Amino acid sequence: MGHVLIKDLVKKFVERRASRRLLNSNPDLDRGNSLLVLDRVNLEFENGELVCILGPSGCGKSTLARIVAGFETLSSGSVQIDGKEVNGPSSDNIFVFQHNGLLPWLTVWENVGLGLRHIKDAGEKAERAQEYIDVVNLTGFEHHYPHQLSGGMQRRAELARALVVNPEVLFMDEPFAGLDFLTRLKMREEVINMHEFLQKTVLFITHDIEEALVMGDRVVVFSDRPATVKLNIRLDYPHPRDFHRDPDLEGLRRTVYTELGVHYAL
Amino acid sequence: MEDNRLIIRIGPALVFIGVVALWECAARFSGWSSAVFPGPGVAAKGMWELILDGTLLKHSVASLFRVTVGFYLAAILAIPLGILLGWWKMGQTLFNSLIQFLRPISPLAWIPLALLWFGIGDKPAVFLIFLSCFFPLLVSTITAVNRINSLYFQVAANFNFSTYETASKVIFPAMLPTVLPALRISLGIAWLVVVAAEMIAVKSGLGYLILDSRNALRMDYVMDAMVAIGLIGICLDRVIVQLNRIKSVSWGSV
Repeated sequence: MGHVLIKDLVKKFVERRASRRLLNSNPDLDRGNSLLVLDRVNLEFENGELVCILGPSGCGKSTLARIVAGFETLSSGSVQIDGKEVNGPSSDNIFVFQHNGLLPWLTVWENVGLGLRHIKDAGEKAERAQEYIDVVNLTGFEHHYPHQLSGGMQRRAELARALVVNPEVLFMDEPFAGLDFLTRLKMREEVINMHEFLQKTVLFITHDIEEALVMGDRVVVFSDRPATVKLNIRLDYPHPRDFHRDPDLEGLRRTVYTELGVHYAL
Repeated sequence: MEDNRLIIRIGPALVFIGVVALWECAARFSGWSSAVFPGPGVAAKGMWELILDGTLLKHSVASLFRVTVGFYLAAILAIPLGILLGWWKMGQTLFNSLIQFLRPISPLAWIPLALLWFGIGDKPAVFLIFLSCFFPLLVSTITAVNRINSLYFQVAANFNFSTYETASKVIFPAMLPTVLPALRISLGIAWLVVVAAEMIAVKSGLGYLILDSRNALRMDYVMDAMVAIGLIGICLDRVIVQLNRIKSVSWGSV
């Protein structure tokens, strides 16, 4: 399962330290000293969809993911996962963080084991951990510490840690930020393969338009703050996708660029 | 390369030997008698006497005992209290001024009160050592907990950590790279303070040996006690430095 329903979601941040000067210069701040970040967002994600969320930086993409994952409260509206209201973080929805979220004092093996603490039987536990370490191709690196791994390997270890708990929804907040170009392309492939294999609902936040169109089953484009949904398209193109061979996809790419305010640099 | 390695290995010993040679020269050409400024030969002879009659061992053990007790007491109380205050922001606001007020008061300023409250014996010395370690440890534990990346707490929430698990699996390991150097520094301070503490109220320990030798006008014994203090200080420091080599701590230095 992993059906996500977002109804009329509004998020305001209270600006406690907003000065009058800031209030005058920033029209986003209303009289109550609050900053409207998400404005009546309505979205529905099917079970097993890989949803790519695009938007200009600072528009509230991460805030949306953090609210759905239960890390942040909403101002009004509702968020339901499988018909249940979200109220706080839980190991049903695992978040893969923008910066390295592995605990640096634990080995890869111990990090992956974090989600398996409830399993009493040591043999079963070891088997599960090994299975997912193998899935992300980290076999042989079980007893390395995060700082001994490359950036790409750290992301894969974090992915294994997230997948091992068998979450309903997986959140990935710009998980490839800071990786070099080639590693990034390889990680895209791995996440696509992993998704086709496991069929989890994934909320994938990125600001890379090609990345979103190459990976997503659905692409959601947000406007600048306050964020509203500008585009919400289901992509039923088979993998691997190629902009040159598929004119529809190329057309969509241009549309998304235009929506995000880029007209010439295509 | 080979030469460099040789220098690294025996260089520090050569420096020591050089300083001893300088000491010998200074003693010989100062014009003072060896009772006032004993050279290394005289000091070594005195050291041999102190070792043979067991005095040095007895006093060293007495000092080490006081330092150990005072240091452990401080660590056992200051580290959990620091975790608590680092976590509980309101407590930090309430108690911070008090801690900052007590911290700069030298442990030596407590000597009269320590003597009055604890009488004569090990207790006042242990109390002074405890005081000298407690505040540095408390302050650095609080700082260490405050500095933990909030991401790790989100990970803990995401994986349904209980309060106990958050403390033992996140806060404790995350603060170690900051707290271990603080332990090292406060053990050094404890070793400094014990000498002063033993010059009052007790009849044993290396501090007492210095005071007693001075009264007997045996400057060679004074110097021997100083040498012993230095040697034991090096050993204590080595022990703590070894802790930094533990694998789950070494991430902090990357």
